[in-house]
Amino acid sequence: MTTAAAPTPPTFTASTNAADSGIDASTTTLCLQGAWLSGESLPSMDELRTAADAARGKKLLLRADANLQWDSQAMTRLFLLARYCEEHGGALDTTALPEGMQKLLAVATAVKPQNNPPPHARSALEKLRDSLHGAKTAALELVEFVGAAGIAFTRLLTGRAHTRVRDIFYFIEQCGPQALGIVGLISVLVGMILAYLGSVQLRLFGAEVYVANLVAIGMVREMGALMTAVIMAGRTGAAYAAQLGAMQANEEVDAITTLGLSPMEYLVLPRLLALIVVMPLLCVFANVLGLAGGAIVAAGMEINFTQFIAQARDAVTAGDIFAGLFKSLVFGALIATAGCQAGLRSGRSSAAVGQATTQAVVNAIVYLVVADAALNILYDKLGI
Amino acid sequence: MQYGARLIQHDLNFSIHRGDVFVIMGGSGCGKSTLLKHMIGLERPAAGEILINGENFFTATPERQLAMRRQWGITYQKGGLFSDLTLAENIAVPLQQYTQLSAAEMRDVIDYKLALVGLAGFEGFYPNEISGGMQKRAALARAIALDPELLFFDEPSAGLDPLSSQRLDELIVQIRESMGGTVVIVTHELASIFSIATNSVFLDAETKTQLDYGNPHALLAHSEHDVVRRFLARGSTSAAATTLSVTTPCVMDTTTRNPT
Repeated sequence: MTTAAAPTPPTFTASTNAADSGIDASTTTLCLQGAWLSGESLPSMDELRTAADAARGKKLLLRADANLQWDSQAMTRLFLLARYCEEHGGALDTTALPEGMQKLLAVATAVKPQNNPPPHARSALEKLRDSLHGAKTAALELVEFVGAAGIAFTRLLTGRAHTRVRDIFYFIEQCGPQALGIVGLISVLVGMILAYLGSVQLRLFGAEVYVANLVAIGMVREMGALMTAVIMAGRTGAAYAAQLGAMQANEEVDAITTLGLSPMEYLVLPRLLALIVVMPLLCVFANVLGLAGGAIVAAGMEINFTQFIAQARDAVTAGDIFAGLFKSLVFGALIATAGCQAGLRSGRSSAAVGQATTQAVVNAIVYLVVADAALNILYDKLGI
Repeated sequence: MQYGARLIQHDLNFSIHRGDVFVIMGGSGCGKSTLLKHMIGLERPAAGEILINGENFFTATPERQLAMRRQWGITYQKGGLFSDLTLAENIAVPLQQYTQLSAAEMRDVIDYKLALVGLAGFEGFYPNEISGGMQKRAALARAIALDPELLFFDEPSAGLDPLSSQRLDELIVQIRESMGGTVVIVTHELASIFSIATNSVFLDAETKTQLDYGNPHALLAHSEHDVVRRFLARGSTSAAATTLSVTTPCVMDTTTRNPT
């Protein structure tokens, strides 16, 4: 690569049987001249290909003029010309080029291009087949995951699992105390929303005092558990998937397996247990703050705090509290399952970790809503 | 150089000349990669300065910083390829950022750069669909996309078999010879150090400073520091004292040598 003050435009000339150079008639010479540099308007590939076609059946000799300037823009052209000649059976002689150009051309043409399509390239039909197959394996894997978690849990109860107790407390701290702020905020607001919603309707009957019943039963049976679960799915479920996905990408999960530890016992169980323990506690916290939110709104409607609490206490039965707490326990297990399973299934690239995280949150919310509906039907049948 | 209060290396003083293949060597954890990160402006030295063509990256204006970065090509220890882009798209990123090439011209350049590193035909593959060695080469193709004046390599041969690693070394030398420019390599591969380096600096983990600076062949013969000579001779100068000998029957046929 050389530089000059005033570059001459890049051109090439084709000549057959140059008498002065002593080259025989079976050779066509392409001589490159001027500044073949990035930013200049180089001869197009079409021109070069036409020249190569004209020399069909003869040997094509590439030569460089003494004042030729070149960089990788020129090399790109020559490389494509060399490949074109190769594909169309032309003989290209590069031995008259400067040494640097020769070396680079030799390196670039040393490995033949391979023609396999990339693994991700598939037809629409194949994609459909793969996605159906994927859905089937995902369902089977979920069953397998739940089964394996069950076995791991039994092993833990019998004291044979490789689970570090320290990990369980670590995750309890991560998903419990540190989530109090956001859970508290959302619960107060949900309590206020319920109170407003109810008061508008109840005012029609002059039964505003029953706002307390509505907020209390709404929070304790349903909203406390569900809203906490949705928050935890976004907060903790996603974090689990990202952690385990990154560990998968980093071959840490492989290391755990080859060390003879079970990822299920070592990674999943502490996370699962932590959420199962923490969710009912968070649910109680959410219920209390939800009632407080309702009480604030009720105070604006001249129902004082004592009245509100007395009314709420009469409305809520032990069955309601149990119904809500049991729900939150189930939700905790589902969120951890969705998060851990997506993380362990994750591919090994950073894009795959992102997909796993998305999958974890989407799955968790679907599981939550389905389980909530199922539990409500069950409670109804059991008369709780 | 330091991370927080933890000192990594101090009193480094060396210069790299145009056209050098400069190797930063030293044992594991001595701060080789950290030094490289300082040289390419990712970390700021705690004291002192790094001048590139007489210019300090950290005190330069944002425009100058961009212009300086335009002249650099860097491959990272793990490749640093964008995993959500195909190889062709990976190489297109710097081209789109810094050049006005048309889509067709860009495709031609990408074809050429991938062929240079022996990956012709892999344009549409994602990084996770090719092997580690191929990822390294693809990263090199991206690094040379803009014909940089300065090429930085962080452990180019880590994780490669000796033959691939040798081919990568040859490729680096060939590209440097034909295109000009300067190459800075962080490595502890002795084969690479001796076959391609024209100049080098040795960082020591214990004293936390540069022990020696010069051509590796000269250092092997004449370094006044025993550590440097032993590193370059793979421990053989004081072999009697340090070589492990295996007398129990081997389960696996492995040669045990001192890690260097």
